[in-house]
Amino acid sequence: MTKNTKTVIILLVIAVLIAVIPVAALRGAEFGGSDDAGSVMVEEIHGEYEPWFTPVLETAIGGELPGELESLLFCVQTGIGVGVIAFFMGRFVERKKWMKKMGEEDAPD
Amino acid sequence: MPKKKKILLRAYIVFAAMFAVAPASNAMHIMEGYLPAGYCVAWGVICLPFLIAGFISLRNKVKENRRNLILIAMSGAFIFVISSLKIPSVTGSCSHMTGTGLGAILFGPASVSVLGIIVLVFQAVLLAHGGLTTLGANTFSMAIAGPLVSFGIYKLCCHTKVNRKAAIFLAAFLGDIFTYCVTSIQLALAYPSEAGGVAASAVKFLGVFAPTQLPLAVIEGILTVVIMIGLETYAKPELKSIGFLRDTPGKQPPCLHERIFAGQRTANDSCRELSEVSRDRIGEAKHPYPIDRKEA
Repeated sequence: MTKNTKTVIILLVIAVLIAVIPVAALRGAEFGGSDDAGSVMVEEIHGEYEPWFTPVLETAIGGELPGELESLLFCVQTGIGVGVIAFFMGRFVERKKWMKKMGEEDAPD
Repeated sequence: MPKKKKILLRAYIVFAAMFAVAPASNAMHIMEGYLPAGYCVAWGVICLPFLIAGFISLRNKVKENRRNLILIAMSGAFIFVISSLKIPSVTGSCSHMTGTGLGAILFGPASVSVLGIIVLVFQAVLLAHGGLTTLGANTFSMAIAGPLVSFGIYKLCCHTKVNRKAAIFLAAFLGDIFTYCVTSIQLALAYPSEAGGVAASAVKFLGVFAPTQLPLAVIEGILTVVIMIGLETYAKPELKSIGFLRDTPGKQPPCLHERIFAGQRTANDSCRELSEVSRDRIGEAKHPYPIDRKEA
């Protein structure tokens, strides 16, 4: 195992732990968004506040976006991103392998 | 050990996919309609020069070498992934990261503003997350102020010869934190509290965002380092092409493909010349792997 591989694994484990520990530690917490907390804070400072513009999509479908659809759209966003990264990363990995092979055949360093 | 690395890559993809199913809820960004119209316009106007500069710089990079497009797409995709992952935090609420650190380190802050605004428009229109009226303010905090800090920190770390991985981590981490500081200040400017004015209000908003965001900023730093390790291992020619990596002569004998990219003659030259002849016949546009003329 190379040094980089080890570093990557350790880093990913740490990242997962940071994300998972709060869920395990704070049983029953709501895990709402901090945006909502932000708008609560606006009301606290400003008094009652009525947003003066509703999101385009909510106007178009006449109501709030259902939770399931919202998670679908978030998944689509993630999917697009992961797809692009994985595609190019896969190409790079294969290219390096191929280049190495060529190098060994032609001029062994 | 390419096999192990392939497994690693798979693990990384699974890891990313795992987070995609994390509980979804609204987080981060100033919500639609929560900023007075004057502020919306003002933030938009402030963003414009950055966006134009970013557009020009991206176009120049693509013109320089079309292959640069790959890394541009990848850092854009990184923002897509990272800013769609809502991660539970110690305060019992969820928030997500910005992901702009990678692009800022690779391409500089101006280019990222263009990539960032694409993501923000996507979220504002389809997800009612952030908003079109607050687009200017959100663009400024996430796609301009944050990357600016990331870029500055990274350059500073390079000058002071800090370990590169640590530098990347710090840049992404502080960029993420700074995004939320700016968001707090933006909200505070629009809603100064009666006792204490803008400053007191900013502290209040920061109190809401900061504890949630701190652990997430650490995760963002870690993920940025991970993807940079991947790119430095597998995409050296691309990183050199955008000027991120420089040739380090004498360090170790370069492997074949690096020699070709460095323009040194190798046993493969005959093959390359052959392909150039065929390119001249077919025409540059149709050639599947255009080789840079400068190196020929």
